[in-house]
Amino acid sequence: MNFGFTEEQELLRREVRKFLDEKGPLEEVRKWMETPNGFSRELWKQLGELGWIGLTLPEDHGGAGLGWVDLTVVLEEMGRSLFPSPYLAQTLAAAAICEAGTPAEQARWLPGLADGSRIATLAVVEADGRLDAEGLRVAGRPADGGYRLKGEKHQVFDGAAADLLVVAFRSGDAPEAISLAVVDRNAAGVEVEAQPSIDLTKRVSKVGFRDVAVGPDALLGASDAAWPVVQRLLDRAAAAVVAEAIGAAEGALQLTADYAKERQQFGTPIGRFQGVKHPLAEMFVDIESFKSLLYYAAWCLDEGEDARRHVSLAKAYASEAFARIGVDGVQLHGGVGYTWEYDIQLYLKRSKWVRPTFGDADFHYDRVAHLGGYA
Amino acid sequence: MDFHLTPEEEAFRAEVRSFLDEHLPKNPNDPQQIAKWQKEVRARRWVGFSWPADVGGGGGTLMQQVIVKEEMAKRKAPPLGSCFMGLAWVGPAIIQYGTEAQKQRFIPDILDGAYQWCTGYSEPGSGSDLASLQCRAVRDGDHYGVNGQKIWTSIAMWSKWMILLVRTDFDVEVKHDGITCLLVEMETPGVTVRPIRNMSGGAVFAEVFFDNVRVPLENRLGEEGQGWQVTVSALAHERSSIAEVEGLRRRHEELVDLAHRSTRNGRPALEDDGLRRRLARFEAKIEAMRFNGMRFLTRQLKGEPLGADTSINKLHRAELEVQVGELALELQGIAGHLEKEIDGGRWQRFALSWPEVVIGGGTPNIQRNIIAERVLGMPKD
Repeated sequence: MNFGFTEEQELLRREVRKFLDEKGPLEEVRKWMETPNGFSRELWKQLGELGWIGLTLPEDHGGAGLGWVDLTVVLEEMGRSLFPSPYLAQTLAAAAICEAGTPAEQARWLPGLADGSRIATLAVVEADGRLDAEGLRVAGRPADGGYRLKGEKHQVFDGAAADLLVVAFRSGDAPEAISLAVVDRNAAGVEVEAQPSIDLTKRVSKVGFRDVAVGPDALLGASDAAWPVVQRLLDRAAAAVVAEAIGAAEGALQLTADYAKERQQFGTPIGRFQGVKHPLAEMFVDIESFKSLLYYAAWCLDEGEDARRHVSLAKAYASEAFARIGVDGVQLHGGVGYTWEYDIQLYLKRSKWVRPTFGDADFHYDRVAHLGGYA
Repeated sequence: MDFHLTPEEEAFRAEVRSFLDEHLPKNPNDPQQIAKWQKEVRARRWVGFSWPADVGGGGGTLMQQVIVKEEMAKRKAPPLGSCFMGLAWVGPAIIQYGTEAQKQRFIPDILDGAYQWCTGYSEPGSGSDLASLQCRAVRDGDHYGVNGQKIWTSIAMWSKWMILLVRTDFDVEVKHDGITCLLVEMETPGVTVRPIRNMSGGAVFAEVFFDNVRVPLENRLGEEGQGWQVTVSALAHERSSIAEVEGLRRRHEELVDLAHRSTRNGRPALEDDGLRRRLARFEAKIEAMRFNGMRFLTRQLKGEPLGADTSINKLHRAELEVQVGELALELQGIAGHLEKEIDGGRWQRFALSWPEVVIGGGTPNIQRNIIAERVLGMPKD
């Protein structure tokens, strides 16, 4: 039994940390926040050269062949820096192609994703954010051996920057008749419109499909058979969001703890007062706890064990706890916490992105109850 | 990260499982069967399994001990050994700080469950600020003369021995340095035990008075003035949360069962979203404790010290202990305050006994101070 990271994983963490400390400090992040796509193409290229974009992709297709536990290490550090990039979008889209695609389809799409020369994203969620099969209403009408898509996907990660969209759509009448296809962002009838988030380090878009042709060669795997794959992807996605949340929450705690040690009132650092100490301690307790839950979930994903309950426990816990940490972090900063200038507000906004993304606490607690036989 | 066991550990687990198939008492309420069970696990040396073999322990690895505890908890086996405090911290303290004679005298009895130990730490004026304790011991030839009072001493009235903290030096700069640890036989003249009735109506803890109690020098544990160190390292052994987590999981199952039987406004209680989610939230806390425990165990297996963050699980436990009892009573609606109306009153008793867990061993606020100061580096109060 070993519930810790390997030396290779610790090394990976140090390398990512060093890279982000040097090239992506929060002053830089704030500059990227002002740009249309919200990230640095130059650093994206460097991430590709370092082999981190294809971290979880098979070595045959230019990836590093690592797992979700390794990915967790990278995402934690990106979260800590609030580092903006299509990393999550790319990883999830590529995971869809790995899980659903035939070997030939994988060979066609993955190499260009592994090195970052093309950007892909996953389009599953729609306006109401439902995560069940019936919530997927973008519909494919059979045509020319493929489909023509109509409908609208919401909150597509980095939709504006993406070259390729991996779309989950309804392809038949049965409740779970869902298919996956790779759609070119420039295909006729694809309309991408930004949905500005209060978290300027996260870019999401509405993607409209106005009778978009999907050829038979664009499908991933068999028609109507993708729902089990999409379910597994949703678990991977939720786990990835929590991994970023771990780093971000630790970043928020670090900022707040540093401030509490520095800021003097009544002639002493405010960190001496229990009214400050105790919420800080609670932040630590919560972070360590959803960290433990997530690590086990990530391990289950890598080992092919049933990860559903563990992903839900982690996402539910993290969604609630990080939201509290964001608010408490700002509050413990006092007046300066409310300013645009101080960084703690950036973490509070990140918690607002984390909370509903790929299922909020209620959704995941309901799933835990269902799996536990009391719902 | 790897949650698989090694082939040797797998083989050991199989051995434990087949032992359980054969020897697990059929009736957990039959004292004779329990006594027989205690003899059998003792013969296997699974009581004190990770203690050194030369003092009567099992000489096993920490991981083996974890496997034993986990398998037993899964099968709801009776506890390993019956001397709870002896096994949790008195024994480890004696192994670490005791003389050869003390080890020979006390360790086998702790493993056999020959009698109970109690712990004389808190005083009326020294609770969270334990190091301010005033119960004094003055050296008099080959004895100490002890005078003073302890309080909240669990099971004092059923114990034969006490591990006692006394002040031997009032003239020290740092109050922790004047404390010494003694092992005291409860039958010694001058020891008076007065049980304290608690809010659930029963009595588990007591006041203990010392009036010129003579304790032989040979019953001092560690050096004079080393008592604080002995206590801190002894309490660091009080950690394995495996049995605790299994207990909480069982309580959660019982709570779900109660929820299945309960109604709200004439509808099944589990149709209430908020209530169902509270139950799921408990699951998240319990599982977080389980995996936190595994991360701490990994550190222990690597020989790293545990540090202050074991306070995390104490905080979760304290919160669960209160909230589970509260939810159980809420589920019973108008009957929630009735002494024995539902399930023989077990939830009412449960909802009135949380202070044992929540306050004993350091209150939640003390645990938060520990984390803030030792982990997050906040200045001390």
